[in-house]
Amino acid sequence: MEHCAFKLRYHHFNEKSILIAWPKEISKRVLEDINSFKAKIKSSPLNGQVLQTINAYQSLWVQFKDEIEDFNKAVLTLQNLYENTSLTTEHTTKNWKIPVCYDASFGLDLKTMCTELKVSEAELIKRHCRPLYTVYFIGFLPGFLYLGGLDKELRFPRKAIPRQKVAAGAVCIGDYQTGVYPNESPGGWNIIGNTPVKLFDPSKEKPCFAKAGDTLQFYPVDLKKHTEIKILVQNDVFINE
Amino acid sequence: MNSKVVVIKPGFYTSVQDSGRFDYLLYGVPISGCMDKKSAKIANAILNNKNDCALLEMTVSGGHFLFKANTNICITGADMMPQINKIPVKMNTAIAIQKDDELVMHHSKNGCRTYLSITGGFQTPKVLNSRSMYKGITENFRLSKNDELYFISTSKPIKSNATIKNVRIESQQQVIDVYKGPEFDQLTDKQIEILAFTLFTISNESNRMAYPLTEFIPNHLDPIITSIVLPGTVQLTPGGKLIILMRDCQVTGGYPRILQLTEGAIDALAQQQVNNQIQFNLL
Repeated sequence: MEHCAFKLRYHHFNEKSILIAWPKEISKRVLEDINSFKAKIKSSPLNGQVLQTINAYQSLWVQFKDEIEDFNKAVLTLQNLYENTSLTTEHTTKNWKIPVCYDASFGLDLKTMCTELKVSEAELIKRHCRPLYTVYFIGFLPGFLYLGGLDKELRFPRKAIPRQKVAAGAVCIGDYQTGVYPNESPGGWNIIGNTPVKLFDPSKEKPCFAKAGDTLQFYPVDLKKHTEIKILVQNDVFINE
Repeated sequence: MNSKVVVIKPGFYTSVQDSGRFDYLLYGVPISGCMDKKSAKIANAILNNKNDCALLEMTVSGGHFLFKANTNICITGADMMPQINKIPVKMNTAIAIQKDDELVMHHSKNGCRTYLSITGGFQTPKVLNSRSMYKGITENFRLSKNDELYFISTSKPIKSNATIKNVRIESQQQVIDVYKGPEFDQLTDKQIEILAFTLFTISNESNRMAYPLTEFIPNHLDPIITSIVLPGTVQLTPGGKLIILMRDCQVTGGYPRILQLTEGAIDALAQQQVNNQIQFNLL
């Protein structure tokens, strides 16, 4: 596998952590490189000193158990790991299939978007369900997945005035991104549908089924199916696939 | 034996907090936990509690509580002039509580947050491995009148030699120690000078999530690609507003992160009330 393709910047973020920045780019190759660096840390002796690693689009945060006494030494260790080791095991990722009901009762902005983008509703839904989206990371709200891979034709600016309330499960588009609101919250993205699936459940040991690096695909369901799945979800018997 | 504290009055803003929720950042869950960790640590240590025992965090004005069993408590942080059965009690020391004792706290006279520890910690439900209250994670995010909080009662007193002296809560023109943030190098010399010499005022929108500052600084920096933020991260918005993230902050953000508070500075800032002034000291 090709590795150490990027020039990384190391920053001493606080007493116990280092932030590693990749070039300013949102891409799958950066995400894959970050995930492989994560896996290298995990399988190295350094892992004993590391509490956790968290990533965003082009950054990786490494939190240590104790205060970092010698920042330069820690960076050298990390650099060496990045440049001179190769992964023996590939990390496993999963593909998730998420049902979305694009009915007008949920998709409050669907009509406006179709008019502005000059596409039919069927076409918009088809284009939204086609890509295999990549989960870059989870942030903003608990269980909010940052997804990459939206069809360029579906790019649509955020609303000038955010809504006070967006329903839990709302499937939205904001600029070049698509996402799902895990809980009811204020929000400025355009709502095109709703998923009955729970993106975040604090009563679960693993409160969100997806993780950074996984992929996700939407599939359309009608109102009846949405209600059926919702009942299964509420009774905790729906299995995410 | 399980017993309880009855909340007669919760005070201005009181919540159960512990050392925080660290293992769920990857799911976008904020860390939370005590705002002034140092004071909370002292409160637990004096009772020989583990550091992660849950305490009450009271903000600006404290509550009124009725204990339904014997135990020991300790009060640290801002001085809210605590009284038990109308008799003033000392802070930063173990206090033996008898069944039916009433603790009344008042308006703080020198800081923002007061901690109340109890032997063994408050036994509120753990959600995602922590008792720290947070909207959307725990059932409640603050205490309300008539809430009942469980604890494990004990009549065994704490050995009295554990009084901590000289615990000072600074409440005026606090110097806030900071490191350079990940985007510090993008600042102009002029901006760095303003950051170093301005007395910044804590805005009245401050809460457990963030302390925005009132003064604006001229800014040309563009937003960044969404990245990791931490409690203590100082963000600079395109409009020139400074926002200091606190313990309940989101895990990612899109504004340049120009400074990062030291752990001690977060504790010190957590004791600053709205309209107090602070000055940054770049380490």
